[in-house]
Amino acid sequence: MTTAERKLPTQDLERVTIRFAGDSGDGMQLTGTQFTRTAAVFGNDVSTLPDFPAEIRAPAGSLPGVSGFQISFSSLDIHTPGDQPDVLVAMNPAALKSNLDDLPAGGALIVNEDAFTKTNLNKVGYAENPLTDGSLKPYTVFAIPISTLNARALEGLEMSNKQVDLTKNFFALGLMFWLYERTMDPTLRWIDDKFKAKQVIAEANKRALKAGYAFGETTEMFHTHYRVAPAHLPAGHYRNITGNEATALGFVAASTKAGRPIFYGSYPITPASDILHQLSGYKNFGVRTFQAEDEIAAIGSAIGASYGGALGMTASSGPGIALKSEALGLAIMVELPLVVIDVQRAGPSTGMPTKTEQADLLQVMFGRNSDSPVAVVAPSTPADCFEMAVEAARIALKYMTPVVYLSDAFLATGAEPWRIPSVDSLPEIGVQNRVEREGFHPYDRDPTTLARPWAVPGTAGLEHRIGGLEKADITGNVSYDPDNHHRMQMLRQAKIAGIADDIPELVASGPERGELLVLGWGSTYGSIRSAVERLQSDGRSIAHAHLRYLNPFPRNLGDVLRRYDRVLIPEINLGQLSMLIRARFLVDAIGYNRVRGKPFRISEIVSAAEAALNGETLQ
Amino acid sequence: MTESATGNGKAGLSAENQAVLTQLTRKDFVSDQEVRWCPGCGDYSILAQTQKVMPDFGFARENIVFISGIGCSGRLPYYMNAYGFHTIHGRAPTLATGLKASRPDLMVWVITGDGDALSIGGNHLLHSLRRNVDIKLVMFNNRIYGLTKGQASPTSELGKRTKSTPDGTIDHPIMPLSVALAAEATFVARSVDTHTEHLQQTLEQAGRHKGSAFIEVLQNCNIFNDGAWRSFTDREVREDRMLTLEHGKPMLFGKDRDQGLRLRGLHPEVVRIGENGVTEADILVHDQHAEDPYLAFMLSRIFAPDFPVPVGVIRDVQRPTHDELMTAQLEAAIAQRGPGDLGRLLNEGETWTVE
Repeated sequence: MTTAERKLPTQDLERVTIRFAGDSGDGMQLTGTQFTRTAAVFGNDVSTLPDFPAEIRAPAGSLPGVSGFQISFSSLDIHTPGDQPDVLVAMNPAALKSNLDDLPAGGALIVNEDAFTKTNLNKVGYAENPLTDGSLKPYTVFAIPISTLNARALEGLEMSNKQVDLTKNFFALGLMFWLYERTMDPTLRWIDDKFKAKQVIAEANKRALKAGYAFGETTEMFHTHYRVAPAHLPAGHYRNITGNEATALGFVAASTKAGRPIFYGSYPITPASDILHQLSGYKNFGVRTFQAEDEIAAIGSAIGASYGGALGMTASSGPGIALKSEALGLAIMVELPLVVIDVQRAGPSTGMPTKTEQADLLQVMFGRNSDSPVAVVAPSTPADCFEMAVEAARIALKYMTPVVYLSDAFLATGAEPWRIPSVDSLPEIGVQNRVEREGFHPYDRDPTTLARPWAVPGTAGLEHRIGGLEKADITGNVSYDPDNHHRMQMLRQAKIAGIADDIPELVASGPERGELLVLGWGSTYGSIRSAVERLQSDGRSIAHAHLRYLNPFPRNLGDVLRRYDRVLIPEINLGQLSMLIRARFLVDAIGYNRVRGKPFRISEIVSAAEAALNGETLQ
Repeated sequence: MTESATGNGKAGLSAENQAVLTQLTRKDFVSDQEVRWCPGCGDYSILAQTQKVMPDFGFARENIVFISGIGCSGRLPYYMNAYGFHTIHGRAPTLATGLKASRPDLMVWVITGDGDALSIGGNHLLHSLRRNVDIKLVMFNNRIYGLTKGQASPTSELGKRTKSTPDGTIDHPIMPLSVALAAEATFVARSVDTHTEHLQQTLEQAGRHKGSAFIEVLQNCNIFNDGAWRSFTDREVREDRMLTLEHGKPMLFGKDRDQGLRLRGLHPEVVRIGENGVTEADILVHDQHAEDPYLAFMLSRIFAPDFPVPVGVIRDVQRPTHDELMTAQLEAAIAQRGPGDLGRLLNEGETWTVE
């Protein structure tokens, strides 16, 4: 595709953030995903934030029905989907109303003016049409009759008006491709592939896309277009990946490396279900997926599979994890490998199912009867989900223990480029079944890892009984001996604590000593890293450390904490890691806690860190 | 998966094990653990009959797994010299489902009770049966919570006074066999703890069934609900008050085998041969393999004191098992796409290279 016949000036930009917003039936997620793929394949660094309602189709044109997708793409290494969009594409008044507050003054606003009818305006409480009442003066507004132009482009195709209207998102996408000098080719290929069996639909979407592109080219509305050069990412082979995709791939990789097939017992729940969907497509890797009758059956079946020698896994979000608690205690007692994925969402109770939060940390640490330690890991970015999934499986198999893998809604659906590792570079996961009869005891332990032997049914001579009742040390027989119980509680604790010797030490980025350490965990990595880099470039004495292992902590965590005058812990909860750090290390950590169902903005962290540096009290 | 990871199936037995297998007796299935049920408990007999039939299935000890929930019945796996897993309340079928799905080579038994299976674990009972998970599920029914010392259970009779229901329970009881049939169970049977020979035969048939087998064992808790079934299971009355079902045979009962079940419209009735012109030709003939469940469902509903209590195999039909279907899907995927190639999987979709 050539760009313009009209020779328009091109402006180079380092970073652009676009938000597509429309009705949940308008295809905004698809539009955003297509733009992301195109930008990623072009070589930009990308980071995305899908933001959609839990309702599948809320009433058309209503505020609860607005679905958004924000993508930031850059010629630099970026860590977040951007605090604020530079461009807001609003397909109807509801999308405009619910997103306008995020658009900074001077930002570009592209709206489908056809959707600004009296009915639609009334639905969301606009007394006057904002396109004509002057209220949008602070912005650069491009009001385009997208529906009309698109319908015209599709004239002659045998389609209903409704079907025609469903393609208008591709008109908008085509326009954005023109504006940012992007090729339409990947999307055209995608359309051909997706609508193989529906020629008319394929043709309609292609026409819509091209019409949007051509509109940008021919109209005199736009006076510039923009170029964002490829980023200088580390050399390698890349693909674009979401956190849930990387999670599924990571566990398949671990399963292959360990020679243990995955058994994945799961009950559908947002935002974890996509992992089940994806794994169910990997049956040729020996992956067995089981959609259980409930959350308890999901974890029970996984424990049963682990008992038989498989890599037993289950997944859920906070409410489902609560239901699994008793069975997780059983897995701790019988000391079998198990991976529990918790894709956290905003709570309590049903909460906000599609919105992100980091508030299950204490639940997975302590939400069971008695002292019942499990290992806990947390990926920090969508691509990091792959590596931490491998780690979760490695720890579970090596230490014969449940491992909780704490993802969240932002990681799960957010995307970024992933440097694909070579299979050889992945860690070996050696794990043996016990087969020797001589000296076999079900609760005899490996002296280094304290793991008990994995003696699976089918092994002659090792028939034994396990269960939820307290075990006698070594023999595994049922025991009510007081001293034995104390010893076993200490052993279970020591086994988890010992994993600290088998995980990387924590590395702070920034000065080795200084005024402030910002300590984070999970999906806040990008916002914190960007904020700290900004303050470092301003010459402030600040470092960032990010915990990917939450139980046990890296063994040098205490040392790292003590090298800084102050410690700031931003979390999307009301202070859960702070509580652990304060209790464990007696460090007077400062919490920065916001629970809005959204990732932190960089600017929020910058303000919080500046306040901490200046010794001010945080609000 | 390597052989060591999955263990050996029956087919993979060493010559040594094959020899052992042919010589196994009840004693080989007795574990070294001291049995700790109350003296006089019906569980002793169920344990003994279970140990007795175990050598008959052609499985080596190491390929048999007993999984239980919570309650007095839950202790049984400790007493079986096989692999055993005493899990948590109501959830044994879930672990059995995961185990059997990933290890089709194993013979998996689930031991449960009326509270464990029908109350806290009701959901899992339904779903393991409808999936036809190849497990043998033995439910000890004593119509009471024993291990928690005497509260009403889902099978306790309406109005029963217990510690938790001093004024009588107001909860209508459920019929376990009807529940199993409603859940599409492919094998449904009933027996009695003290009727040792019948219990053995029933367990034998369950063990040989491919697919979910549900066996209700009427069991006596002599501490908290003594004599719950005595009115029809006692030696003196059992022939007159119980109906022993046999496939292809008329449903006759009584000391003189002169009483039988006849259908009047949609309702069963008890008739006496020779009275009012009734002949044996009028009596219902048992068909445990009938595809439609109507006869089985009728048998699951009739009970003392108005009817003789049916025991034996009520239903025994074939349907593909859960693990067979799952394995078939895995094999089909491998046939279509070839065995998984990790390198190719990681590099799927649109990729690009940064120099």
